[in-house]
Amino acid sequence: MLPILHALQGRFGLIGEEAVRLISAELNLSRAEVYGVVSFYHDFRKEPHGRHVLKVCRAEACQSMGSDAIADSLERALGIKFGETSADGQVTLEAVYCLGLCAVAPSAMLDGRLIGRLSEAKVALLAEEIRL
Amino acid sequence: MIRVFIPLDSFAVALGADEIADELALAITRSDLDATIVRNGSHGLAWLEPLLEVETPEGRIAYGPIEPGEIAGLLKAGFLTGGQHPKRIGDIQKHPYLANQTRLTFRRCGIIDPLSLGDYRDLGGFEGLKRAIAMTPHEIVQEVTDSGLRGRGGAGFPTGVKWKTVLETEADRKYIVVNADEGDSGTFADRMIMEGDPFCLIEGMVIAGLATKATKGFIYTRSEYPVAIRIVEEAIRLAYEAGIIGKSVMGTGPAFDIEMRVGAGAYVCGEETALLESLEGKRGQVRAKPPLPAHKGFMDRPTVINNIISITSVPIILAEGAEQYKNFGTGRSRGTIPIQIAGNVKFGGLYETAFGLTLGEIVDGIGGGTASGRPVRAVQVGGPLGAYFPRELFDTPFDYEAFAARDGLIGHAGLVVFDDSVDMLKQARFAFEFCAIESCGKCTPCRIGAVRGLESVEKIIAGDRPAENIALVEDLCNTMKFGSLCALGGFTPYPVMSAITHFPEDFHGHSQPVREAAE
Repeated sequence: MLPILHALQGRFGLIGEEAVRLISAELNLSRAEVYGVVSFYHDFRKEPHGRHVLKVCRAEACQSMGSDAIADSLERALGIKFGETSADGQVTLEAVYCLGLCAVAPSAMLDGRLIGRLSEAKVALLAEEIRL
Repeated sequence: MIRVFIPLDSFAVALGADEIADELALAITRSDLDATIVRNGSHGLAWLEPLLEVETPEGRIAYGPIEPGEIAGLLKAGFLTGGQHPKRIGDIQKHPYLANQTRLTFRRCGIIDPLSLGDYRDLGGFEGLKRAIAMTPHEIVQEVTDSGLRGRGGAGFPTGVKWKTVLETEADRKYIVVNADEGDSGTFADRMIMEGDPFCLIEGMVIAGLATKATKGFIYTRSEYPVAIRIVEEAIRLAYEAGIIGKSVMGTGPAFDIEMRVGAGAYVCGEETALLESLEGKRGQVRAKPPLPAHKGFMDRPTVINNIISITSVPIILAEGAEQYKNFGTGRSRGTIPIQIAGNVKFGGLYETAFGLTLGEIVDGIGGGTASGRPVRAVQVGGPLGAYFPRELFDTPFDYEAFAARDGLIGHAGLVVFDDSVDMLKQARFAFEFCAIESCGKCTPCRIGAVRGLESVEKIIAGDRPAENIALVEDLCNTMKFGSLCALGGFTPYPVMSAITHFPEDFHGHSQPVREAAE
């Protein structure tokens, strides 16, 4: 079911009620079973996210290089907290636990683009790019 | 035609390698230069990424770390003919960091174009598979058993024994499942091998298939690895096209199919039975064992489930023989291990070597101490569920048993270095928080224990009856360690207890509590 969910979310940006009905009918599963899978995985959403998605790594290797301070300044720069979408729908800020960039920490991913060695200077540039 | 190598590895890409490649491509077109760009994997010297190499009559000359915007200057300095430049390193293979390694599994990583079958064959690719095709399944299993290879995912279970069980279990269908769901902070070996040498993964899977009579293989990796997913999918397509896999392995063997599957951001799916559930399209919840996956795995069929580093170690074992591989290592930990040095460290990256170096040799010697220049205070070995080791334990040799003897684990061999600004109480809090977020929820010790643990640590932070709450945390850890269904709940006590044991000052520092004084 995961490849189906990835494809639907890739196309529509979220897994809505209709998608759950469709999958349950096609795979001969109850809606509860499908919903159980969708809600289990962090990647799947029921609500649409912002035009940009900024995922910031909060795991240990990034912590050791000061990612907590970087995360705070991102929250301030974007005016939202982790897990939130800005009021203008421009950006969603999410925590992620490890992007496999632990030797060039702290790291983040903006819409699938990887960013290593995050610094205050790079945060300012990122925030500017996101507002465009 | 001059070949310029620009890594496509995530380390390099995260630091602008794609932009650098675009800049160079533009310069080549504009000035009609006689050069072409090869996107290779990474040699693993992360602090030098993006590391560019140019092929000259004197060999490959490296330059790094290069930033976007530097191409014009490099070309001016005669970069295409190996000219002088402040960032010129010379032959990267002679760099002590690389020259001192023993590269078996990663021997092609960074050198070849990962999607070139020609490059792969030129450096010994498919030699192991060719030998395996001429052997019986029992002989292949025996060879892997003799090599002493143990699962590199962390548990260290002998790979040969696992394969033997699958081979000897009768069934209409059998499967090979490769666990590349590397979620531990501080680890990136799975990602690097997928991005740098994907045919080695395919070769290892086919050999595992021949050894166990399995005809289908899955690679399960994480959605956080976009580059690796793209490279492996392309490599699978090329392998089908070349007839290496498909209806007949290499045109003479039995059928073998490979499919890639992508997870959806659940850490627990790195646990083998949760991974199988996820592969079957269900919630990634842990199964009780027995039955073992070797008896009833994917779709209740006998399944080899191996970490990707175990699988990619197999081709060289078959190519050069078990004896050769076994000669490396110490005690019951045989062969080489790709150590991943990360976090607050000067020379971070991938270092493949035989087992047996001490932790201090790795952190101070190879890693060069912290990036911040402050003293090293703690090293977490084995991911978010691994123990924090203080300097006093830096004489611990890097092998499975030696770490276990000191209440630690080497896990997937990732090290995260912390300087003296680290607050171990905060790290203990994070361990519980992580477990609470990622618990699959099936067993009570993990599901409830992590949440209660988090609350208790927050009370300690607030100075609320610290002694009592530390005792409560210790009790919870004991329950989680012995009562959890899988390693997520079972290993969360490692970071917590090691922080309490080795860094007590961080816990009792908060203890002269406002509250008790007021009472």
